[in-house]
Amino acid sequence: MALIWEGLRRAVGLLVGLDREVLGITWLSLQVAGASTALALLLGIPLGSAIALTRFPGRGLVISLVNTGMGLPPVVVGLFVSILLWRSGPLGSLELLYTPTAIVIAQLVIAAPIVTGLTLAAVQQIPARFRLQMLALGASRGQLLWLLLREARLPMLAAVMAGFGGVISEIGASMMVGGNIRGQTRVLTTATVMETAKGSFDVAIALSLILLALTFLVNYLLTAIQQRRRPA
Amino acid sequence: MLEARGVAVAYGARTVLEVDELAVRRGETLALIGPNGAGKSTLLRVLGLLERPARGEVRLDGQPVGWGRDLLRARRRFASVFQEPLLADTTVERNVGLGLALRRVPGPALRRRSAHWMDRLGIGGLAGRPVRTLSGGEAQRTSLARAFAIEPDVLLLDEPFSALDAPTREELLRDLQRILRDAAVTTVFVTHERAEALRLGDRVGVVLDGRVAQLAAPEVVFGRPATPGVARFVGVENLLPGRVAVADDGLVTVDTGRLRIRAPGDEPVGRRVLVCVRPEDVVLGTAEGRPTRDSALNHFFGRVADLVPAGIQVRVQVECGDSLVALVTRHSVQELALTPGTPVKVSFKASAIHLIEREKAGGR
Amino acid sequence: MPRWTRARALGLAAALVAALAWSAGPAPATAQTPSRVVILSTTTSTQDSGLLDVLVPMFEKQTGYSVKTIAVGTGQALALAARGEADVSLCHAPALEKKYVAEGKILNRRLVMYNDFVLVGPAEDPARVRGLASAVEALERIAETQSRFVSRGDRSGTHLLELELWKQAGIAPRGTWYLESGQGMGQTLGIADERRAYTITDRATYLAFRKRVALPIMVERDRPLLNIYSVMEVNPANGPRVNRAGGKAFAEFMLAPETQAVIKAFGVDRYGQPLFVPIAGATSGAQVGG
Repeated sequence: MALIWEGLRRAVGLLVGLDREVLGITWLSLQVAGASTALALLLGIPLGSAIALTRFPGRGLVISLVNTGMGLPPVVVGLFVSILLWRSGPLGSLELLYTPTAIVIAQLVIAAPIVTGLTLAAVQQIPARFRLQMLALGASRGQLLWLLLREARLPMLAAVMAGFGGVISEIGASMMVGGNIRGQTRVLTTATVMETAKGSFDVAIALSLILLALTFLVNYLLTAIQQRRRPA
Repeated sequence: MLEARGVAVAYGARTVLEVDELAVRRGETLALIGPNGAGKSTLLRVLGLLERPARGEVRLDGQPVGWGRDLLRARRRFASVFQEPLLADTTVERNVGLGLALRRVPGPALRRRSAHWMDRLGIGGLAGRPVRTLSGGEAQRTSLARAFAIEPDVLLLDEPFSALDAPTREELLRDLQRILRDAAVTTVFVTHERAEALRLGDRVGVVLDGRVAQLAAPEVVFGRPATPGVARFVGVENLLPGRVAVADDGLVTVDTGRLRIRAPGDEPVGRRVLVCVRPEDVVLGTAEGRPTRDSALNHFFGRVADLVPAGIQVRVQVECGDSLVALVTRHSVQELALTPGTPVKVSFKASAIHLIEREKAGGR
Repeated sequence: MPRWTRARALGLAAALVAALAWSAGPAPATAQTPSRVVILSTTTSTQDSGLLDVLVPMFEKQTGYSVKTIAVGTGQALALAARGEADVSLCHAPALEKKYVAEGKILNRRLVMYNDFVLVGPAEDPARVRGLASAVEALERIAETQSRFVSRGDRSGTHLLELELWKQAGIAPRGTWYLESGQGMGQTLGIADERRAYTITDRATYLAFRKRVALPIMVERDRPLLNIYSVMEVNPANGPRVNRAGGKAFAEFMLAPETQAVIKAFGVDRYGQPLFVPIAGATSGAQVGG
C-alpha cells in the first residue's frame, strides 16, 4: 500500500513538475491512441454499416471474421505487423519500423475490428421497418446511413470508447513495432513495463496512475456525450 | 395520377401480388381493404416506389418511373405513415421536420411548416418532447404531421390506426378525415377495418389473394360485391347458390334447391347465380301464420339454430331449408323470445338482394 | 440551428483528430533521413542498467546519427542482427555471439566492457554455499540438496551463462526444485525472494533490487561469473538497407577512450561502485579471466 501511495506522490510530482520525459510519453500515448482510434472509426463505421445493411454471399463468414478480429491479441498483431515492416519485409522500404506511425498502424489493426463489430451490431439492432420509413420519407442512401447512425448513437459511442480503451492500454503491439525507444516511441504502457522490470516500482506505479487517469478522462468525456440527451 | 400496370411481386416461388391495372385519381382517397396477407401493404409499397415489382411499372402523371436515377426524385413526391410511428430518437419537432430536412428545405420554411402541421394534428404543445415519452396516439399524430408537413403529391397510409385503442383510433380518424377533406391530397389508405374504408374512401379497392377483386365507390363494393370473396369480406354473410327459375320483367326467382327467392335482376333463366343478403337486412318475426304487413317479398319459416352476441347486437342463425344469418338487436331477441329451437319467420326485401353470376367452375 | 452547430462541432473534432494523426507521424526532432538512422539491438538488462541512456545521446550528439535502441532478449537481439534488421549489436553472450561470427552474420566483434554475475540466495542458505570460491561447486551443492533455484529460462545472456555453469558441474538441472521463470531479471529476483530460492543475477540488477529483496550474495568474483559485453557490426549482406557506416560508427564510439572513461565512472554516484569495467582492446575473455 505504501508503494501505491509513493507512486501517487511520484506521479503528481512528475506531472506538476512538468517532467519533460513523462509529459512526452503521455502526449505520445494520447497521440498514437487517438490517431489509431480515429482511423479505426473512419474505417470501421462505414464498413460495419455496409455489412449490416447489405446482403451478399459470405456475409456470415465476414461477420465471424470481424467478431474474431475483436479479440485479436495485441502481441500477435504486433508480431505480424513488425514482420511486414522489417527491412526484409514487404513494406521495409517505408522505413516505418520503430516509429510512432508503426504503432498507429498496429493499433489500427487492433481497433478497427472492434469498431466495425460494434457498429455492425448497433445498426443491425435498428428495426428494418425504420429503414423503410426513412426511405419512404425520401432519404437518399447517404441520408439513410446518417439517420441510422444517429439512431444508433449510444452503442456507437460505446464503440468509440471500446476502440480507444483497447489501444491505449495495449502493450504487446506497441513494444514489438515501436521498440520502446526513448524520446521516440516510448508510450505509457511500454514505459511502465520497462520501469517494473528495472525495479523502479514507484515510477512504474506513477506511470500506471497517469495512464489510468488519462483513460478515465477520455471515457468521462465520451460518456458525458453519450448520456447527455437521455430524459431524466 | 398514380398508376400501377402489369405489376407482379413474388417472394421466391410465391406470387403475392398481381395487378393488371390500378389507377388512383388525383385528389381522391382510395381505400384498400382486404384480409391479412392479401397483399395490400405490398401493393402500397409498390405504388410508393419502395418495393420493386418483378414485373410491370408504376406511372406518375402518366410517366413511368424507372428504378434508376429519377427514383429518389419520384419517391420524394410521396409521404408514408405506417402502423408503427417509427419515429427517430429525438424530439417531436425534429421528427415532424424530418421529411423537409431530407429535402433540404431551408430553416425558416421548415420550422413554419412543422409548426403548422403540429398544430393541425393537435400536438403543437409537444414540440420539444423526446419521442420516448409519447403515448401511442401522440406518436402516431407525430408520424402523420411528419407526412403532411412534406405536403406530398401522394399520401400513403398503411393501417395507421391498427395499433391504437378504439377511442384514440376514433379521434384520429375524425381528425384525419377533416384534414383530408381540407387538403384534398391524393391518398391511398390501407386498412382491414371496413368501417374506416367506408368513412374515408372515395373509392374502395378490395384486395384478395394478391389481386384487386373489385374497385368502386364504397356503396357499390359493399352493396353490390362483384365476387363471392368480396361479398364475404364486406360482410355479406348470406351467400346462397341457386339457378334462375323464372325471369319476369326485372324480377327473377332464384331456386336454391330449398328456397325460392325473389330478387331484382335481368339474368336469363337457367343462369347460375349467388344470392347475397346482408345479415342486417334479414328481418325476424314470430312464426305465427298471420299475414304480415311488411313489404318484404321473401318470407320463410324456420327454427333458430344459434345465437351469438356481437356487441350490442346478436347474430342469429336460422335454419329454414338453407341456413340464413340475421343481425338483430338484443331488444328484438328478447321481444321475440328467441332461443335455439324457437320457430321464427325470416324475411327480407327483394331490393336487399344482390345477385352475383357464377362461372361454371365456381367463383372465388 | 442545433443541426448546424452539431455539424460544426463534429467537423472540429475531425480536424483535431486529423491533426493528432498527422503529428504522430514518423518524423521526430532529430534527423530521420534513412542513412542517419542506426538500429542498435541489445538486451533488456543492458538497457535497464541505464548506461545506454547516457551513451546514446553522447553518440548522437557527436555524430549526428539517430539511434533506435531495441532492447529485447539476447536471442532476439542477435537474431535481428543476423537478419539485417539491426545495424550494430551490443550483447553479452559470448558463446552465442561466436556462433554468429562463425556463420559470418556478425563482423568485427570486439569486447567493450564486462560486469559480473553473483549467486544470491536465502539468508538461511540451506545448501551451505555461502562464501564458496567456486560457482560450479555451489551449484553442485544446490543440486545435491535439491534446494530451490530459479533460472531465467529465456535463453538470455544470464540464462546461457547459468547453463554453461551447470554444464561444467556435469549436472542437467531438473526437478521440482528447479524453477524456470521465463522472465526478466527483476521478476526472476522477485520470484527467488518469494520462494526463498537461489538464483544467478548480474550485479547491476542486483544492486538495483537490493533493498527490495532479502537475498544476500552467496558467491561472487569467480571467473566463470564474468559477464562480457561485446559490440558487433552487422554484415551488410544479412539484409537490405543495413546501415554499414552507422553501425561501424557506433562500434568505434563504444571503444573510444572517451566513451570507455564514461563507462568506467557509470553507477558510482548511485550505487557507490561502478557497474561496468571497460576493456576495449582486450581480444578475449581470457585476458580478463573469463
